[in-house]
Amino acid sequence: MDLNFSPEDTAFREQVRRFVSENLPESIRHKVMNGIHLEREEHVRWQRILHAHGWGGVGWPKEFGGPGWSPTELYIFEEECARGGAPRLISFGLKMIAPVLMTFGNAAQQQRFLPKIMAAEEWWCQGYSEPGAGSDLASLKTRAVRDGYHYIVNGQKTWTTLGQYADWIFCLVRTDPEAKKQSGISFLLIDMKTPGVTVRPIITLDGAHEVNEVWLEDVKVPVENRIGEENRGWTYAKFLLGHERTNIAGIGIAKRELVRLKSIAEAEGRLDDPLFAARIAQVEIDLMALEITNLRVLSAEGAKKAPGPEASILKIKGTEIQQAIAELMMQAVGAYALPFRQTDVGPDYAANLGTGYCNLRKLSIFGGSNEIQKNIISQMIMGL
Amino acid sequence: MNFDYNEDQRALADTVQRFVAREYSFEKRRAIRASNAGWSREVWQALADLGVLAINIDEDYGGLGYGPQETGLVMNAFGAGLLLEPYLATAVIAPALIRRTASADFQEQWLPAIASGESIVVLAHADARGEPVTELGGNLTGRKAVVAHGGCADLLLVSARMPSGDAGLFGINAGSEGVAVRDYPTLDGQRAADIVLDNTPAVRIDAGGALDHIDAALDIGLAALCAEAVGIMQATVAATTEYLKTRQQFGQPIGRFQALQHRMADMLLHQEQARSMSYLAAMHCTSQDKTARQRTLSAAKVTVGQACRFIAQNAVQLHGGMGMTDELMLSHWFKRLTTIEMSFGDTDSHLARFARLSRAA
Repeated sequence: MDLNFSPEDTAFREQVRRFVSENLPESIRHKVMNGIHLEREEHVRWQRILHAHGWGGVGWPKEFGGPGWSPTELYIFEEECARGGAPRLISFGLKMIAPVLMTFGNAAQQQRFLPKIMAAEEWWCQGYSEPGAGSDLASLKTRAVRDGYHYIVNGQKTWTTLGQYADWIFCLVRTDPEAKKQSGISFLLIDMKTPGVTVRPIITLDGAHEVNEVWLEDVKVPVENRIGEENRGWTYAKFLLGHERTNIAGIGIAKRELVRLKSIAEAEGRLDDPLFAARIAQVEIDLMALEITNLRVLSAEGAKKAPGPEASILKIKGTEIQQAIAELMMQAVGAYALPFRQTDVGPDYAANLGTGYCNLRKLSIFGGSNEIQKNIISQMIMGL
Repeated sequence: MNFDYNEDQRALADTVQRFVAREYSFEKRRAIRASNAGWSREVWQALADLGVLAINIDEDYGGLGYGPQETGLVMNAFGAGLLLEPYLATAVIAPALIRRTASADFQEQWLPAIASGESIVVLAHADARGEPVTELGGNLTGRKAVVAHGGCADLLLVSARMPSGDAGLFGINAGSEGVAVRDYPTLDGQRAADIVLDNTPAVRIDAGGALDHIDAALDIGLAALCAEAVGIMQATVAATTEYLKTRQQFGQPIGRFQALQHRMADMLLHQEQARSMSYLAAMHCTSQDKTARQRTLSAAKVTVGQACRFIAQNAVQLHGGMGMTDELMLSHWFKRLTTIEMSFGDTDSHLARFARLSRAA
């Protein structure tokens, strides 16, 4: 057992750290470091900087133009990006649909879509959840009926993150209403410009427009935009959910936010309060433990042992920690956390803390709610 | 980065696990617990024969010269069986302290005797409130409180305040004039003692810096304790999982109820976070950088202590009335986990120390 990173990994970390500090635009760094929402163009700009350096396909194997990193290298990359104030990767294309295309897509689909994901020329969004299908995703009702060379799609998707930016949406649709829940689902790629696709904003409690409803009314989707076989979509959907869970613990982001919390608490004189200092200590300790737990999971993954339901442990603890940090930051500034979406009152660092706290309540809900993760742990790991 | 143990380490863990399964049944433990001494010389000798008493002793003194990882494996394996013998005190902490403080002659006298199982050596450090142990003219006076396995020691390593104001480490042979030992069982079924010294002749062991050396030895002990705790947690969580699969109510195994499933998931989260921190503790417990070492060990003790409490309480809860009985191993795991949380500084004290050291760092 050796808990130190190898010299190669340490050198790689240095390389990424230098790259981020030399190439990340200051205006973007400032926003990320202060919890300010990024515009589409800022995400795209960073992805294109990565792409120009040969790092466009983060997490991808070499055969598809990725850097072919190990799970540990990927972990280090994301940690260093977070540390340096780089935006999160645009995961819908890179981490969700891309692995599905690589594994289940045909050559034409791979050639059509993958390069544009890497170059940030096309933005993807996820058409999974529906008003009646959240945790029970397989009960989705969006209907696709075959009509010659097309499917005609009708239904409604919801909680579509950054759907307002998207060029394409990958959708789970029901192609066989007679079959049992999971067996009648297909996986379609839909051009957002197709007539009948309507995006309506959902404003969340922090006043932000991050998620959307996507309405599909008689949308014509060419059959060649189906992934794999008809009615096998659930298999691909579950595969995608597995990939969505890489970097699910968000260690790098939590570390960065913890540093921010401590500096705010210091500025506010809150570290002199032993009770508040102990609350920070608790979250810092939880994060230390989770970092090791995450590395244990990675190490098992690197050794080709199956990456399994352990990711649920990382999701629960990681989101709890990020939420706790956001909550403490808000508490640290007291009353100046309360002005709503104002930037000219109170200390600069206080401006986004109230809304930031509100926004991060999403963490324990999305990507499989933490209650669903506990179902997975008790059933898949513990056999209950 | 690599979280796997090597072949020798796996063999060691395997040996100890098999020993515990074979030699330390629930009934046998109960008989040992009820005996006068409260622990077994026979088991102790068997442990010596296996070599596990020697793992923290240098090869020069008849030991194997292993480190915290191997110690952790042994302690982890002891966890399920809840050994009552003074392993942590005598085979982990005492050698760590002696090799840091004592002369070559002293080491030669005591370390091989620990490795062979011949001698029991125990550190008596915490003073009873209001009765600190002080040294005057080579004699010690005062009371040491709740000294784990203090009653069976052949040699007590006693910390004492000297007239200079510094602390020193002293050796006292059991049975010396002026030593009164009040031996008693603790909550976890192990033994402890209050040691009352009244002008007791003692031999100075260290050559200065005794408190730092004691802290260093106790940190090695704390890392070992964390590994033991994780071993007990594994056994407790596994037994509770099994119980939930077999216990039927309302026409189905109670493990089918989501409220209980989620409680079990929370127990597993605690267990795995504690395991991670026990690895980190083993890695850092011998570090020369005292602040970094203590900060990491405090973090480990907080994580492990909170896991001890959560898992112990919920395991009893999920066992219902059965969890309250003396006849199940579960209640004994509960009591040991409770004791561990309260030993070597409880969760609150380590949380406060971590906060203090984080600010200083």
